[in-house]
Amino acid sequence: MEPLFGKTLSELQQVTAALNLPGFSARQIADWLYKKRCGSVDEMTNLSKRGREQLKQNYLVGTTPFRNVQVSADGTKKYLFNTSLEKYVETAYIPDKERHTVCVSTQVGCKMGCLFCMTGKQGFQGNLTSGEILNQLRSIEEWERITNIVYMGMGEPLDNLEAVLKSLEILTSDWGYAMSPRRITVSTIGIIPAMKEFLEKSEAHLAVSLHTPFDVERKMLMPVQHVYPLKEVLQEIRSWDFGRQRRMSFEYIMFGGLNDSPRHIKELVKVLNGIRCRINLIRFHPIPDTPLVSSTDERIGAFREELNARGIITTVRASRGEDIYAACGLLSTKELSKK
Amino acid sequence: MTEERPVLFVDIFTMHQHFLSEQTLLSSEEIAEGVYLFSFRRNFNFLAGQVIGISIEKDGPRRLYSICSGEQEEEVKILYNVIEEGYLTPRLSDLTEGDTIWITEPRGEFLYDPAPAVWIATGTGIAPFYSMLRSGKYTNKTLIHGERYLERFYFYADFTAEMRDGYIRCCSGEDAVDVFGGRVTDYLKGVSALPHGYKYYLCGRAEMVVETRDLLIVRGIPFGNIVSEIYF
Repeated sequence: MEPLFGKTLSELQQVTAALNLPGFSARQIADWLYKKRCGSVDEMTNLSKRGREQLKQNYLVGTTPFRNVQVSADGTKKYLFNTSLEKYVETAYIPDKERHTVCVSTQVGCKMGCLFCMTGKQGFQGNLTSGEILNQLRSIEEWERITNIVYMGMGEPLDNLEAVLKSLEILTSDWGYAMSPRRITVSTIGIIPAMKEFLEKSEAHLAVSLHTPFDVERKMLMPVQHVYPLKEVLQEIRSWDFGRQRRMSFEYIMFGGLNDSPRHIKELVKVLNGIRCRINLIRFHPIPDTPLVSSTDERIGAFREELNARGIITTVRASRGEDIYAACGLLSTKELSKK
Repeated sequence: MTEERPVLFVDIFTMHQHFLSEQTLLSSEEIAEGVYLFSFRRNFNFLAGQVIGISIEKDGPRRLYSICSGEQEEEVKILYNVIEEGYLTPRLSDLTEGDTIWITEPRGEFLYDPAPAVWIATGTGIAPFYSMLRSGKYTNKTLIHGERYLERFYFYADFTAEMRDGYIRCCSGEDAVDVFGGRVTDYLKGVSALPHGYKYYLCGRAEMVVETRDLLIVRGIPFGNIVSEIYF
């Protein structure tokens, strides 16, 4: 049985055409899937009974409840979901006053092997479908309250571009969730061809993991630098007009003694020259066997002030959910995936 | 029709210029179950360790593959696993001599360094190191090569002939004389003293790379001496 949830309108039209259902029924199905949160084909009562029976022969709605949830002392929640690969992914819900952000995963594990990331330690087990990405939003307890979505969970989103673009289309289309793309941020380590396609086909914000402006250091931290060096990533970004509404941001994890010196500030200002952007500084959350340490809070604060003084809008991202391993870079289902 | 010269492809969104060239396959062979090696004529220069993007249509999805032949050889060779649920490799495996593919210009900086180093590879991650070997770039190198089955040491004869004792095979699924029984990480755990001043080049599945990197770090190798390649 094939899931309907996660299909775009054009895909639903293909389904209904193949079943000889009326042309308008695809929109009706989209309405049931994405606006009315129906749980079964039987609930789609404005489809003919024959149409529902035909649909049920090959399709099901295909949403799944979360498997487990952990709650942090700071209110952050970490949800666990099963995937069709019989593996698991984690999703973080982060409340902050009026803002309710969900951090979704796009892959089971990750191929990118960044030195500082827990997800990378589990290797790569597979891509999520668009339905599995969206299910992480639709099936959490706070679904109605979500204000912002960040594609920063497990996996490299732009290594699963097709499913990510489909999920964005469903989130932002009038026949889908009709959400503003300005409330969605997709993060990447800088896979240039996929980044170009994302920028062309979506209006969501882009965040790039930068972490150091120096080639040699970035190669140590992020193997992607061997193939898609930062210099070329920035060259590509420079060639895009982000307009007034679309945001370009850079993520910068602060590693004590490695990337937090005045030399780094000077080089950051140089390499980001001409790009209207902001930098998010992130405290490093230690993972097992890591040779890296976090910069001190004082150093992070000083780094932020120095960058702001040089004209780059810089903020420090609050660490949330560290006690339940939901904070940035800590999501992992390695042990569960081994079972 | 095969074109002799690369085609200048201008990306309309960035106005960046990329060279895509159409290539005709000279051969395509399944050298082990689900593992293929194909070749086409070399009409460009590259550095051993670099990758090229490959697609089967000019505007189709591209994937990156390490070149698996020497810098001066007449043919460029590419080694790949068929990923059953993937888009490209099942289609690539259907191609035969005379069929057409599209390639991008070579790129990447997972390159040979003349300093002493340990190369560690599993699966088709052997490709960049084989390219270095075929380019005569293997002085001061030790290669630790891990596979589950003996038949997957595809280039065993070439590595042994050139690197002699510097070529170490680790097989986790079968036993054989002169082959370490276990994974590359098992082998490394048994080495009493890993040279701290050497560089360690890793290429293979992500899980192997991160496990090996963690093990090396725990054994005191500075992380700056560990060079990992992404295995797309």
